[in-house]
Amino acid sequence: MRWLWPAAVLLLAALPLFPSLFGSYAVTLFTLIFFYGFLGQAWNIVGGFAGQLSAGHAAFLGIGAYTAALLSVEKGITPWVGMFVGGALAAALGTLIGFLGFRFGLRGFYFVLLTVAFAEICRIIASNTDTIGGAVGYYITFTGDPRQFQFQDARAYYYVALALMLAATGVVAWLARRRFGVYLIAIREDESASEALGVDTFRYKLLAMMLSSFLTGVGGAFYAFYLFSLQPGSVFGIPLSVEIIMRAIVGGAGTVLGPILGSFILSPLAELARLYFAQSGWHGAHLVAYGLLLIAVVLFLPEGAYPRLARLFRRRAPQTP
Amino acid sequence: MNLLETRGLSKHFGGVHAVAGLDLTLAEGEVVGLIGPNGAGKTTAFNLLSGFLAPDAGEIRFRGRSLLGLKPHTICRLGLARTFQIVRPFPRLSVVGALGRHPAAARARELARAVVERVGLGAKAAQPAAGLTLAERKRLELARALATEPALLLLDEVMAGLNPTEIATLVALIGDIHRGGVSILLIEHNMRAVMALSHRIVVLNFGEQVAEGPPDAIANHPRVIEAYLGEEYVHTAPSR
Amino acid sequence: MLFGGVFSLMAVGLTLIFGVMRVVNFAHGDMMVWGMYLAWLMASRGGIDPYVGFVVCAAALFVLGFVVQRVLVQRIVDAPHEMQILLMLGVALVLENTALLAFGPEPHRVRSALAQSTVWLGPVFVDVARLIAFGVAVVLTLLLSLFLFRTDVGRSIRAAADNTYGALVIGTDVRRVYAVAFGVGAACVGAAGALVAPLLPFQPPTGLQLSVASFNIVIIGGMGSLLGAFVGGLLVAVAESLGAIFLKPSLKELVSFSLLVLILLFRPAGLFGRRAP
Repeated sequence: MRWLWPAAVLLLAALPLFPSLFGSYAVTLFTLIFFYGFLGQAWNIVGGFAGQLSAGHAAFLGIGAYTAALLSVEKGITPWVGMFVGGALAAALGTLIGFLGFRFGLRGFYFVLLTVAFAEICRIIASNTDTIGGAVGYYITFTGDPRQFQFQDARAYYYVALALMLAATGVVAWLARRRFGVYLIAIREDESASEALGVDTFRYKLLAMMLSSFLTGVGGAFYAFYLFSLQPGSVFGIPLSVEIIMRAIVGGAGTVLGPILGSFILSPLAELARLYFAQSGWHGAHLVAYGLLLIAVVLFLPEGAYPRLARLFRRRAPQTP
Repeated sequence: MNLLETRGLSKHFGGVHAVAGLDLTLAEGEVVGLIGPNGAGKTTAFNLLSGFLAPDAGEIRFRGRSLLGLKPHTICRLGLARTFQIVRPFPRLSVVGALGRHPAAARARELARAVVERVGLGAKAAQPAAGLTLAERKRLELARALATEPALLLLDEVMAGLNPTEIATLVALIGDIHRGGVSILLIEHNMRAVMALSHRIVVLNFGEQVAEGPPDAIANHPRVIEAYLGEEYVHTAPSR
Repeated sequence: MLFGGVFSLMAVGLTLIFGVMRVVNFAHGDMMVWGMYLAWLMASRGGIDPYVGFVVCAAALFVLGFVVQRVLVQRIVDAPHEMQILLMLGVALVLENTALLAFGPEPHRVRSALAQSTVWLGPVFVDVARLIAFGVAVVLTLLLSLFLFRTDVGRSIRAAADNTYGALVIGTDVRRVYAVAFGVGAACVGAAGALVAPLLPFQPPTGLQLSVASFNIVIIGGMGSLLGAFVGGLLVAVAESLGAIFLKPSLKELVSFSLLVLILLFRPAGLFGRRAP
């Protein structure tokens, strides 16, 4: 266990070097791994640490994406700024959902439903608002202008995604050690007991929700200027929320490295599935695989891959006095 | 001024009066036992006192200050801590309790260690809580509550499920905690423990106080016997 | 309005599962959609009218529910609620997307000879199909109540719901009871799906909408109360038909979700709810 952290850091440090070694497909794959790892990490704050399962995080991504896209295309405001505006708006929604949910004492399944409902409401509104493209979607013309967060070179996206993932992980690592993190974990374990022990559970849950939704909203800007097309069904939809949750759950919700590990496991699998199945015209096959994987993880690996791996390594290592 | 005082405390659920006009007092340094048959309203009273339920009527004063409308975490910070019947094991929670009082993580960890030592779990401090026995988990629960440095500790059936030896150990520990300056209000079914610990006992039935007094007076009180065993047995009480 | 009978059946199924096992069946709507697809299969391949074939759908879904419970849910009865939620989400994903794989994303509809005709009922024109759907749904709900209150198996289900420990003490095979309850709950939506298949176009994503509708009803009516689910179903059906008159079809979903939010915030105990989850 002693050497796990240094190894991880070394690996992370090596990542910036990879693009020069890889072909373009690998660069794309890694970009996706980093980006979804970032989203999973953002979710991890409220879903993993605080234990409030949100199945509607796509709403925050969507808001961030549309905001950054609209500001850039319609108003010429660069996404480098727009991403924070998007993040702020997403955080506003997150605060609303959190406030309503926690004030009205919605826990567990009820809270999940609330988040799903809000995400779907966003999706439906976006689908029916023709000024932003309606159900057909909003398209951004590619200009390759870095000041507008567009890059000719795919490797630039690699670095941005990597930076996002490291930043989010840094935030999570920081809060895990502080009082904030300990409180969140306590709330996840036993909310009533935490409350009785003097933890203002409402406040901390809301803070977690705000932080998580803000980060996810910032990620939306990346999404918009990486894919250049936004469809309400994809960007607000449940499949995307599921992708986000899966990273954290499979890798280890409530751990610092979990979502990253989860992304390294899932993204390659997803790409493989997409390649293999999409060719035969099998829609949705990879979601079936996700569903099965989710079931398997819940039944056999509930704490996620990272804790299990960590324990494995701990057992192999010689006992240090 | 009493440490804790309630006046006319009432709570009903639908048509049932869980607590009906309870007047309870507890002075600084006292240990008061709260007994009564199942459904008498004891846990409801605890929930009202610790802020998990809002009363329908009545007053609660802690050190002269009204607790009405305050959230549980605020009440805890004022010095009133409670334990729960079901202990969900998690090693860090004693640290959490300590953090509640001391924002600085280092000081909190010191306090948590001290408290864990105090309840006799020092040797197992590094173990995950899931590996503890029931008796040890009860002590962990105590440690958590103690880490908030309370003036008044509400203990909810801590003896439940323990064997006589474990009970004796726990009684000794609670006595020790009390001597350390903590006042205690305890719900308990184990009569030995209640008699041993309490300065005064309050008996509840159907949400109302039916008797109050020192332990030996309560043991033979006709209304207490009636509450537990029913009217027919009142005559079998030994005459004083 | 006549959808109410079917809604009630859906909601009753969900309540049964929740009431007995405290598990929220996120895959409820997706199971119903499978009921619809099965009805479609029988109609298009076998020429069996869904108003007859619904029995097969109910049976098939019973097996599905039974297996899901026995093999999956049973393993995590003691796990924290988040795990149960995630499990059922996984099941929902699998069901929805296997339907997508098997039948494709285009909407399907079932042709039924009866769906074409209408009949005078007092002063109102009524679809025979809807009438039958309503009638059958009500009959099934009554049969279900008979089952729960008069048969031994039914009674043991209710006993296990009220007091698991007590049921264990008197020797009930609780695992089998749970599996049967889940199976029956799934059978309800299987039948409901078949009954409704001629009336609505459906596609895999319909599953989510139906799940939301079920949750709406069950939460309004009161989690854990069968009567509440039944009444709730009728109420929501009325509300929906009113909504359909005034709003664009794409906004109907919006109403449904907004209603869910409002219900969640203001009525988690529902009208008849006996206990909080």
